[in-house]
Amino acid sequence: MATVLPPPSKRQRREEIERTTTQQDVAPLLATDLGSFKANFVDSDGNQMADVIEINFADATEKNVSTLLNTLLGRDREDFTPYRFRIHIPGKDIIVDQYPTDLLGLLQKHGVTNPFETTITLSAEPQAVFKVHAVSRLAHRIPGHGQPILACQFSPKSSGRLATGSGDNTARIWDTNSGTPKHTLKGHTGWVLGVSWSPDGQHLATCSMDKTVRIWDPETGKPFGPDLKGHAKWVMAVAWEPYHLWRDGTARLASASKDGTCRIWLVNSGRTEHVLSGHKGSISCVRWGGTGQIYTGSHDKSVRVWDAVQGTLVHSFTSHGHWVNHIALSSDHALRTGYFDHTKEVPETEDGKRAKALERFEKAAKIQGKVAERLVSASDDFTMYLWDPTNNGNKPVARLLGHQNKVNQVQFSPDGTLIASAGWDNHTKLWNARDGKFLKSLRGHVAPVYQCAWSADSRLLVTGSKDCTLKVWNARSGNLAMDLPGHEDEVYAVDWAADGKMVGSGGKDKAVRTWRN
Amino acid sequence: MPQNEYIERHRKLHGRRLDTEERARKKAAREGHKQSENAQNLRGLRAKLYAKERHHQKIQMRKAIKQHEERNVKGAPAEKEPSDPIPSYLLDRANPTTAKALSSQIKNKRAEKAARFSVPIPKVRGISEEELFKVVKTGKKIQQKGWKRVVTKPTFVGPDFTRRPVKYERFIRPMGLRYKKANVTHPTLNVTVQLPILGVKKNPSNPLYTQLGVLTKGTIIEVNCSDLGIVTASGKIAWGRYAQITNNPENDGCLNAVLLV
Repeated sequence: MATVLPPPSKRQRREEIERTTTQQDVAPLLATDLGSFKANFVDSDGNQMADVIEINFADATEKNVSTLLNTLLGRDREDFTPYRFRIHIPGKDIIVDQYPTDLLGLLQKHGVTNPFETTITLSAEPQAVFKVHAVSRLAHRIPGHGQPILACQFSPKSSGRLATGSGDNTARIWDTNSGTPKHTLKGHTGWVLGVSWSPDGQHLATCSMDKTVRIWDPETGKPFGPDLKGHAKWVMAVAWEPYHLWRDGTARLASASKDGTCRIWLVNSGRTEHVLSGHKGSISCVRWGGTGQIYTGSHDKSVRVWDAVQGTLVHSFTSHGHWVNHIALSSDHALRTGYFDHTKEVPETEDGKRAKALERFEKAAKIQGKVAERLVSASDDFTMYLWDPTNNGNKPVARLLGHQNKVNQVQFSPDGTLIASAGWDNHTKLWNARDGKFLKSLRGHVAPVYQCAWSADSRLLVTGSKDCTLKVWNARSGNLAMDLPGHEDEVYAVDWAADGKMVGSGGKDKAVRTWRN
Repeated sequence: MPQNEYIERHRKLHGRRLDTEERARKKAAREGHKQSENAQNLRGLRAKLYAKERHHQKIQMRKAIKQHEERNVKGAPAEKEPSDPIPSYLLDRANPTTAKALSSQIKNKRAEKAARFSVPIPKVRGISEEELFKVVKTGKKIQQKGWKRVVTKPTFVGPDFTRRPVKYERFIRPMGLRYKKANVTHPTLNVTVQLPILGVKKNPSNPLYTQLGVLTKGTIIEVNCSDLGIVTASGKIAWGRYAQITNNPENDGCLNAVLLV
């Protein structure tokens, strides 16, 4: 039996009638008119992107403004790129990095008393269209190495393959999806100090304390050609020639050694093409730029730029006051991954791959329509220098001051807008890659930070430290996104896969660990 | 006899004694005997001062000998390869290894189960209550009942301790026998650091002694090792670690301990 409601009382009926006949006053419910401002959109080089447009303060959330800009640029809804805005305070030299929830309040705080009808410049930085989730859990702990792991790198092709080099004289390739060992690359007679995948993912180069470099076929785990002998001392690092520069049907490889020389090898024949000698100390780091130049950083306090084809010295940067520990290029990520990108579309033909690799490099390195591959060098003198060898010669663009101890590693974000530096003062610092301005300090580690790696979308950064942890940071806000304890000892090597799915790390506790979200 | 500058004047005027060299040589020859005699026979404050001076001399002597030894090595030493594998960015650096090696060795050892319960001094001499406590015999009532005790061994007393009213205080821990710091040695690294004591974990003789914080040979104490920069697995700086006392503090006037690995 359904419950029957009692009929409305007289009072209820009267109120009902009143409600339906009189009109409600809705004015206070509507948003008060906050006024509007004129937005001038510029890209990161300062060029105007669209006509100046008037925006209501009430609607000026970052997402709305981003959509508006996409519409102004005449893009289809499918091609919308998320933008991040920096606000130039009018009449002042202040640039606010973070878009606030209350734009009007921010402007008033900075002394713009009457922001209405003023023109505000918003510099728009395109964000990656894909998003990498912060890794949050230990996916696999894979034992296998008998000694500490000294280097690790993911394959550019996918996150499914990780290569590690260890103190037990072997390099190993792991299947990270199943958490199993794939191949053990035996042959070296000294610690494997570095591993490096070729940009097409077909070869793996390892360098070792036994003064040799070896090339491997990662599919079969067999050596590819004989070992490359020639160095007189330990080989500290290797760098592959960028894919779009490969010529004569062979790849080239640069190896840096403690004996102060850098050798360029032809991979197919195992021949030495050039010996770049001139450094007076051990070379700590080598990079092969997309413009056909080789950059080496050395313990003799200098960074040298070489012409890879001629084998001649182009520039010598001698501003540092102590060892140069690490150098990074703004195009590092693009060069490392060659023609692989987030769309997973691989061109069929050789020429297509070449063209795509070149296009990706140019996109990463272009500033104001010119290819300007930036270089940043980190040193024991607690500072870093930002260089622009193609356009600025051997004059530094900026000196990055702020670390209170030796800087161990420095990395450009994949989109080339940020620089992260890891130091012995337990901090990681973020810098603006355009002008070298200090942005943020990421504090949290309690021991020297050895390594850092960016996610492919430049939004996250992972750092590995002596204090046995990895930490994931949000590059935008500078907050700790995730703390990843799990290692039992110092973390020596960390890498974020190019497709962003996984982080791999290794250290003194001899087991490879992979982390995912 | 002329003194000070008058000696010099006298020497200029008249020259030295004819047997000066002979006497100096003989005195130098007797020096060893003299020192030996002093070391054996001096007593009291003089002995203390003498021993201190001699200690410093020996340190200097050892340093000099070491320098000579290093000088005698022929040619450059072969390029030394570090023993533990380290990544390329740590090569060629003089690593401050001590504290870190300390913690990793502790970790490796802990992994073996049997090691978990082993301590450097497994057998400890039992200490009876008669030995540890002295009955207080002051005051009329206390004398009659005889319930008040003085601890006769060194103790650790926490920083926030306040004595109870005299009427209720059963155990007195004398100020002169309190310790705050211990010289803690790492057994395999042979590094000794003076560290503040955090607490007494266990005195194996008697649980009551643990409560009172009595420091005797074999007692397990907790020390504050935050200065060493040892890190736990979760990335926090390790604060307290256990150590075992290896000497008889009541005899030595200091506290030596071995870190438990």
